[in-house]
Amino acid sequence: MRFVHEFRDAGLGRALAGEIRALAERAGAEPGRPVKLMEVCGGHTHTIYRYAIDSLLPDRVELVHGPGCPVCVLPMGRVDDAIAIAQRPEVTLACFGDMMRVPGSHGSLLDAKARGADVRMVYSPLDALRIAARNPDREVVFFAIGFETTAPSTALTLRRAKAQRVANFTCMCNHVTIEPPLRSLLDSPELQLDGFVGPGHVSTIVGLQPFRFIPAEYRKPIVISGFEPLDVLQSIQMLLAQLADGRCEVENQYRRVVAPEGNPLALAAMAEVFELRPHFEWRGLGTIAHSALRLSDAYAELDAERRFPVPGVRVADPQACQCGEVLKGVIKPWECRVFGTACTPERPIGTCMVSPEGACAAYYSYGRHSRPRESEAALQAAAPAQAAPQVLA
Amino acid sequence: MSAGTRQERIAQVVRATRAKPGRFRDEHITMAHGAGGKASQTLIEGLLLPAFANDALALLGDAGIVPGDGAIVQGDAGAAPGDGGVVAGATGLALTTDSFVVKPIRFPGGSLGELAVNGTVNDLAVSGARPLALTLSLVLEEGLSAQELREQVQEIALAAERAGVQIVAGDTKVVERGHAEKMYACTTGLGALDPRARLSPRALRPGDRILVSGAIAEHGMAVMLARDEFELDAEIVSDTRSLWPAADALLQSAGAELRCMRDATRGGVASALNELARASRVCALVHESEVPVAPAVAAAAELLGIDPMYVANEGRLLAFVAPEAAAGALAALRAVPGCEHATEIGEILTEPSGMVLVDTAFGGRRVMDLLAGDPLPRIC
Repeated sequence: MRFVHEFRDAGLGRALAGEIRALAERAGAEPGRPVKLMEVCGGHTHTIYRYAIDSLLPDRVELVHGPGCPVCVLPMGRVDDAIAIAQRPEVTLACFGDMMRVPGSHGSLLDAKARGADVRMVYSPLDALRIAARNPDREVVFFAIGFETTAPSTALTLRRAKAQRVANFTCMCNHVTIEPPLRSLLDSPELQLDGFVGPGHVSTIVGLQPFRFIPAEYRKPIVISGFEPLDVLQSIQMLLAQLADGRCEVENQYRRVVAPEGNPLALAAMAEVFELRPHFEWRGLGTIAHSALRLSDAYAELDAERRFPVPGVRVADPQACQCGEVLKGVIKPWECRVFGTACTPERPIGTCMVSPEGACAAYYSYGRHSRPRESEAALQAAAPAQAAPQVLA
Repeated sequence: MSAGTRQERIAQVVRATRAKPGRFRDEHITMAHGAGGKASQTLIEGLLLPAFANDALALLGDAGIVPGDGAIVQGDAGAAPGDGGVVAGATGLALTTDSFVVKPIRFPGGSLGELAVNGTVNDLAVSGARPLALTLSLVLEEGLSAQELREQVQEIALAAERAGVQIVAGDTKVVERGHAEKMYACTTGLGALDPRARLSPRALRPGDRILVSGAIAEHGMAVMLARDEFELDAEIVSDTRSLWPAADALLQSAGAELRCMRDATRGGVASALNELARASRVCALVHESEVPVAPAVAAAAELLGIDPMYVANEGRLLAFVAPEAAAGALAALRAVPGCEHATEIGEILTEPSGMVLVDTAFGGRRVMDLLAGDPLPRIC
């Protein structure tokens, strides 16, 4: 596959790993303490495990998995609200596949489906709108989740629904925004992060501006990264280079996709359809002000939360579950009390075990095998004497 | 306690938990129970096996084996202790059954009728049994067009002729509109055990080579695209075909050195490897870059975020061959029409027992587990 395989080249990967190894010696605040880099986005977590990227890194570089998996940050109360709507006899609830397996306090949407609720998996919000158009006697509710990555497609769908006057279509909006949780993490005293692998897909929409506060206010570097294995490795290399040089900037590794100003059309659609919620609960991170979106007043008639009664009850996470600490990067997936025993992908307790982008599910599915990191000698022998792959820039 | 030892201890706990037979604790049947992944495993190991407890079923082969004297084969009937295989030279029968609920009933490269024959024929073939005869049950939905039914029956007849089996008994039922989707078919197959075969899911040994009979993931991807849910067009046709010629060639070439065969249907190559690694208590290592995947299939899978290793095949088998016989077996396989792209994709290791590892094309090594959910629509 052109434009895909180029970014999975094992030789270039080894070359980058060699550079990372050399840079790691010079990067980092204190000797002895590992350099801790957080990959914010669940897509990066998935890439890291899928391609076993951590096995290519020196011990001194530690990757911390961040909160950028939209399924993982959804609190149980919202799942309960969705199930309450889905169980209404007139309702067809449409959502993305991995959302169906997220447990609420009484089972998941998949369980509700098995009990008779009409829950359908869709690949795009437009599919949900199509279901509504084809089934005028059903109330079709699209359960929208995601960061700024998916919010524009929801916004465009709602625009179309309004224009076409589709009366039996509504949206239960759970879209969240990237900046507030990052700020919340940076303010958290538990964490000592040295830099961020920034979310490439979100940046496609929002551009670089929302991340400028990270170097400006917190003196940490961030590199916006693509999702292929070479993208992630190169971003790590760029972060380490910043640290070694004593710089902290927003850099863009994913220039082939991300424009500095983002996507103005998508941002305009979002601004028209959504407004910020005063506050929203994040799983594990607690309630964060202005961190999520709801439908604006102009779109009130398409808001499922205004059309149907929802319990709106805040449900405490299961006691055994440590998703919050995993999401904040305080503990590794395998350090959770219930990882792999009571909590598995087929029977998840916590959200991090549900989505393939969740840190726990990714680690369980791909990474459980304990794997010695490659020895320095082997890496150096394998690394050709060439610079970072120019093909990526 | 240092991080390393705790991490390893957790890995061992998880490994031990996985090695135990699945427990069926669900309150309802969900689509995941039919997906060939972990939920299917718990349904089979937690409910069906204990209910029908017998050694033939406990082997979890693709077909039950009835030896010449009419007694169901015992778990240790083979030459090696603990083998579930069949004594070489034994004349016996193999029995298997399968239901077909694929939607849509016609897709590029095949149809429900064709699958109903090949699917059951292939379960016999990979069990080392020459397919002899099939029974056929049809469940038809009220309102199904006679023309569509006629076409499917024609497909069944044609596939049976190609596979060299006869449909010797059958049944039809009609259900109210909405209680089935057009038609479902169930076939039961009877085969004659091949005297050359010495196969068992428990026979894999460290050093054995893993062969695949052709490019993978074509059937599942063809059906998925035929459902028009993705608005994606690609020239992908199902790989459905009888695997008896491939099985025959492997038996002829490798004989007793052929440890086991499995058709990589629901759950794909990854699931078949996991089942066998578990049954034989060995580790299967796959070299990702060696696994043949057609460019169109790879591209469609990439777009949909699906790993081809988990996508169903209906005309591809995995063969596990002793190292000294691997080259010959591969050559024999490649001489079979439809298997020209057969490849050696990996080998059997000792540890970690019961697991499948993959050396990624990028250079790392990771686990390739059973699928937990059901991301895929009905494909067989």
